[in-house]
Amino acid sequence: MYGYHGKILRINLKTQEVKVDALDLEIAKKFIGGRGLGTKFMMDEVDPKVDALSPENKLMVVTGPLTGTATPTGGRYMVVTKSPLTGTIASSNSGGFFGAELKFCGYDMIILEDKSEEPVYLNIVDDQVEFKSATHLWGKLVGEVTDELQAEHGKKAKVMTIGPAGENLSLLAAIMNEKDRAAGRSGVGAVMGSKNLKAIVVKGSKKVGIHDADALKAVFKDSVKKIRENGVTGEGLPTYGTAVLVNIINENGVYPVKNFQGAYDPDADKISGESLKEQFLIRKNPCYRCPIACGRWCEVDGKEMAGPEYETLWAFGSDCGITDLKEVVLANDWCNELGLDTISAGTTLAAAMELRELDLVKAEEIDGQPLEFGNVNAIVEWTKKMAYREGFGDKLALGSYRLTEMYGRPDLSMSVKKQELPAYDPRGIQGQGLQYATSNRGGCHVRGYLISPEILGLPEKIDKNALEGKAFWAKAFQDLTASIDSAGLCLFTSFALGADDYAALINAVCGTDHTGDTIFEAGERIWNIEKMFNLESGVAPSEDKLPRRLLEDEIPDGPSKGMVNQLDKLLPEYYELRGWTKGGIPTDERLEQLGLK
Amino acid sequence: MKIEVRLFATFRNGRGKKVVVEMNNPTVTEVLQSIEITDEDVAILLVNGQDGRFDQVLVEGDYLSIFPPVGGG
Repeated sequence: MYGYHGKILRINLKTQEVKVDALDLEIAKKFIGGRGLGTKFMMDEVDPKVDALSPENKLMVVTGPLTGTATPTGGRYMVVTKSPLTGTIASSNSGGFFGAELKFCGYDMIILEDKSEEPVYLNIVDDQVEFKSATHLWGKLVGEVTDELQAEHGKKAKVMTIGPAGENLSLLAAIMNEKDRAAGRSGVGAVMGSKNLKAIVVKGSKKVGIHDADALKAVFKDSVKKIRENGVTGEGLPTYGTAVLVNIINENGVYPVKNFQGAYDPDADKISGESLKEQFLIRKNPCYRCPIACGRWCEVDGKEMAGPEYETLWAFGSDCGITDLKEVVLANDWCNELGLDTISAGTTLAAAMELRELDLVKAEEIDGQPLEFGNVNAIVEWTKKMAYREGFGDKLALGSYRLTEMYGRPDLSMSVKKQELPAYDPRGIQGQGLQYATSNRGGCHVRGYLISPEILGLPEKIDKNALEGKAFWAKAFQDLTASIDSAGLCLFTSFALGADDYAALINAVCGTDHTGDTIFEAGERIWNIEKMFNLESGVAPSEDKLPRRLLEDEIPDGPSKGMVNQLDKLLPEYYELRGWTKGGIPTDERLEQLGLK
Repeated sequence: MKIEVRLFATFRNGRGKKVVVEMNNPTVTEVLQSIEITDEDVAILLVNGQDGRFDQVLVEGDYLSIFPPVGGG
């Protein structure tokens, strides 16, 4: 068997029954793995209308056929479940080393069912699956839990765990592995917490079968060469990490400030990748088999910790009116320790600060540091309270949409489908706005990173303000990304690799006959099944929208002054390209063509 | 006339964050040449924060932001 082990580990957390199901390889190839395969199983096994935090929801940890193989970045895995934040399908991707180690245990995926009566963790060593009490770990921070479990099960063991945020069912909770890599978005950590599952420890010894080792060697060499020779993956990301974007996005005037009230921060350089490198960076922090190594490792006041990504620098920085780099690095570390999604945590604080600015939240409600734009002392304190749900933190734990709705102003939540938008203002980047609005997991940049052509000029430069062609680009990027996410590779490879390269990698490992076209087609199939899950869960096509501010209020200053997003002009063309109805619903004909009927 | 050039990432090495070039209605290429940067070195070129062209003739008050090949998030 090549690429896949053909085994699904099915674990019932209530009865502690453990089964190994055979993976239908035809289905696996159709949905590739990871995100696609997980969504297919969610669709088949879980009622999309289920309460995401009930035992009836399932949590799937899914590798791709390239996870654990000698492919560049081949160590990714996906957490797929129903999101408690958005009500949509959730599929959160993570790097590090956990995914590859899980694959070495001999499984393609784990399906976690029902709910344990007491806090537990799972210790998986190849064929052995052991339930262990997690009572002594409950309440502990991610770093401490990881250290304790590695002390008990060995340094080679890889640990995936939730922090207090997941235990306390914060809708912004992430699942962490290797302490600082996160399946970050859509509240997947709360689903794990709702099942009383604190952690999964894996240690394996089984190699992944390779169809054609010589072909793989050749295609590996070729793809690594492309990655090394590409300016972004060969030099920019290794030198500065994703944080280099602070200045790029700011100089374009599409860098959201104070909950998207502005789009240019004259002080942004203070929290840029350049400043991070100069002040705190001590080394790179790469994931499994990654030739890019964008991860950062920093030292602050003698303590070493993972460094922040671009989105985090922005969310806790300029979006909160803050340019104190040290405090933002510390907030990032606390998110890792508490198991929180940095994007949603930071931007929910920003939304709270705007509610406070408008005096909709009264000063007396704030039982701690003033939640005011620019208050550097607020971000770490309120991040902790958000995770522990203390005082006003209990409201913050629900995310910006539910928070602003409580105060009668859901329009102040800069979110799509209740998930907070990341660090690119779509008023000055038209295609990215369309991508945000149509994203199947709500506000997200990595479902189709149109920043690549619209700002960075990869694979070619397109006018960020133009409308023409944007529907095509959005669909193409969404479909290709779905396949990359499903294969088990990092999306960042796509700065240097194209669909043909992914086809070659998958074919060498699995013995399939993919072409660039079938990679796009598989991605489109995955996109459509995600959409069907969302429709059946009750998330209407009318949710393919942007916050009112981004459609109506012109950017007030900076290089993109005067711009708004023109989503209504792009959506009809996008739906048409997808072969969906004018109302944004996949047609039977299209679903049939994609083999989904 | 003075043209401000905002430098980022490795362009800062040995040049600092910003240089001001004094030239009369230069093209972008001419400004870059004066600080020993070639067009090929530049991955992202912005004139006043919007996409620029190397043959663009600059006028009083224009500023450039230039980036080598960098990254994504």
